[in-house]
Amino acid sequence: MPASICSPHDIATLLERWLTARLEPAALAWLDEKLQAVAAGDKKTLFLSFGLTARKVGKNDLKLNSDDLAAASTLRPGWNPRFWTVDQAARVLFVLKFPATEAEPFVAVLDQLFAAGEVHELVALYQGLPLYPHQSALQLRCAEGQRTNIPAVFKAIAHHNPFPSEQLNEDQWNQLVLKCLFIGIALDPIFGIDDRANARLAKMLTDFAHERWAAKRQVSPELWRCVGPFADDAMLNDLEHVLKTGTEPERQAATLALESCPAPRAAQLINTSGLNPYHLSWSIIAAAST
Amino acid sequence: MHFIDPHIHMVSRTTDDYEALAAAGVKAIIEPAFWQGQPRTQIGSFQDYFSSLVGFERFRASQFGIHHYCTIGLNSKEANNEALAEQVIDLMPLYLTKEGVVAVGEIGYDDMTPTEEKFFRIQLELAKDVDLPILIHTPHRNKKVGTYRSMDVIEEHGIAPSRVIIDHNNEETCKEVLDRGYWCAFTIYPKTKMGNERMVDIVKQFGSDRVIVDSSADWGVSDALAVPKTANLMLQRGIAPTDIELVCYRNALTAYAQSGQFNESDWLNTAPVDQRLLFEGNSVLRGGQTPRVEETAEQGIIR
Ligand SMILES: [Zn+2]
Repeated sequence: MPASICSPHDIATLLERWLTARLEPAALAWLDEKLQAVAAGDKKTLFLSFGLTARKVGKNDLKLNSDDLAAASTLRPGWNPRFWTVDQAARVLFVLKFPATEAEPFVAVLDQLFAAGEVHELVALYQGLPLYPHQSALQLRCAEGQRTNIPAVFKAIAHHNPFPSEQLNEDQWNQLVLKCLFIGIALDPIFGIDDRANARLAKMLTDFAHERWAAKRQVSPELWRCVGPFADDAMLNDLEHVLKTGTEPERQAATLALESCPAPRAAQLINTSGLNPYHLSWSIIAAAST
Repeated sequence: MHFIDPHIHMVSRTTDDYEALAAAGVKAIIEPAFWQGQPRTQIGSFQDYFSSLVGFERFRASQFGIHHYCTIGLNSKEANNEALAEQVIDLMPLYLTKEGVVAVGEIGYDDMTPTEEKFFRIQLELAKDVDLPILIHTPHRNKKVGTYRSMDVIEEHGIAPSRVIIDHNNEETCKEVLDRGYWCAFTIYPKTKMGNERMVDIVKQFGSDRVIVDSSADWGVSDALAVPKTANLMLQRGIAPTDIELVCYRNALTAYAQSGQFNESDWLNTAPVDQRLLFEGNSVLRGGQTPRVEETAEQGIIR
C-alpha cells in the first residue's frame, strides 16, 4: 500500500472522532492531554499512557456502524475495525500521533512498545500494523508477531488485517496460513487469502493434510481453499478422496476448491460430487468448522 | 471454597501445577517479580522476565482457567549489583502501569546492605508515584531485625501500613507486624519458612484479621498447593470456615484490590469483558478431576 493513499493523519482524525463520541468527559480529557504530549514527541508520556490506556478509557466495544466501517475501508483499503474496543483504538491513536518523519527512530520506538507489551497491548499494536507510517519497515515486526504462542495476539495479525497480504513475502505468508490451520483458527477472516494462494502453499497444505490423516486426525475443510487454484494431479486425487469419504463440510470445501481449479479433471470431479458450487461459500464453511 | 495464592512463582512450575491449582479451587494467583536462582547480569534479562510476567505467563495460566496477576520490582538480592539496579529502576515505570500489575514487589532486604536499602527506598517512592500497594520480602537471615527495619523505613516514607503486605513472617515477627497495622503474610514452604501445622496454631492465637497464607512456590522444593492444603488442615483442626476464607482468600483480595487491578469480578463473571482476549477459546480445565489436596491426611501436612 503506497503511503500516499493511507494517511496516518487522516486515520488518527477518524479514531479521535470515534473516541470523542464514546468516552466519558474525564477519560477524554485525559486522552487529549496525553495525545498532545505524545504529538510533541514526549516518549516517556507515550510509554506510560500506552500502559495506562485501558484503565483510563475502559474496554468497551467501539460498536462501529456500517457508515463507520465504510469510512475506515475508504481511508485504508482492507482495514476492518469491526471488533475493535475503545482501548485498542486509543492505543493505536497514541502510536499514530507520535512524530514519525524518519522510519528508523519511529520503528525503534515501536519496537520498545512491542518489547514491553502485555497481551492486550500486543493485540492493539498488531491490529494497528496496517495504519502506521513506514509500512515496508514493519515487515519484520509482523513476521516476529507470527511466532507468538498466544492465540489472541496471532489473530490480531492474521484476521481482518491487510498488512500481511501486502507486506509478507511468500515464505512468511505461507507460514501464516499454515499456522492458522495448525492452531485451529479460521482462514476466512484473513485478508487476501485467495489473492495470495500459490503453488508452494498448496504443496505445504496437502503435506500437512497427509500428516494429519496418517495420524488419524482431521484437517479443517478450509485447508482446501488455498489448494484448489494450484491443484496438480496428486492434489486432485486428494480432493477426490475428500469428496468420496469426507464429512459434509469437507465435501463442500472440496467442491469449492475444485471450482477454482483450471484443470479439466476438476470439472469432472465436481459433476460426481452431487453438490452445486454456486450454492456454497467459504464463509459458511468456515463458520461451520471453527 | 475459592482460594487465592497471592505469592507463587509460576515461571518455575509445570502445567501439572496449574491443573492441580485449578482443581483445588484456586481462582487467582499473584506472581511477584523475584530473582530466579541464577543472578541476572543484563538489563535485557530483567526486561524479558517482566514481559513474561505480564505476557506469556498470564496466558499460560488462563489456559487452566486461572487468573494470573503479578507484582513488578527489583528484589533485594539483585539490588546489590548497583549498575544493573539503576537500569532496572529506569525500566520499572514501563511495567508498573500495566494491566494486572497489583503491587510493587517483592522488595526489602536480603543481607541488609546500604545498596539494598538505597533501592528499597527508591522503590517505595515509585510505589507512591503510581499509587500501588507494596509487597515486602523479609530476609531469611536476621529476620526479626530485617522485618522491623523494613517497617521503620516504610513509615519514614509516609506510607500507610494498610498499603503494605509484609511476607515470610513467623511466630517471632507476626505480632509486631500486626500491631503496627500491616497485612501479615505467611509462606507455607517446606523446611525453611513455615509449616502448615504451625500456621494453624498462629491463626488460633492471632486470629484471621489481616493474616494471609501463601505458598511462594518456586524453583526449590516447595508446594504449589500450600494454600488449599493449609485451608484443609485448618478445617480439620477446628478453625471456623469464615476465618479460613479470610486468610486463604478474602484478605489477599482486599489488600491487593487497592491496586484497582485485582477484582473478584474477574473470575466470578463467566465472561469478564476485561479478560476476554485471554480467556476466549481456551479449553478451561476439564471437570471431574480429583483435587490433589485431599489425597491422604499425611500428604496434606507441610513441614
Ligand atoms: Zn517470592
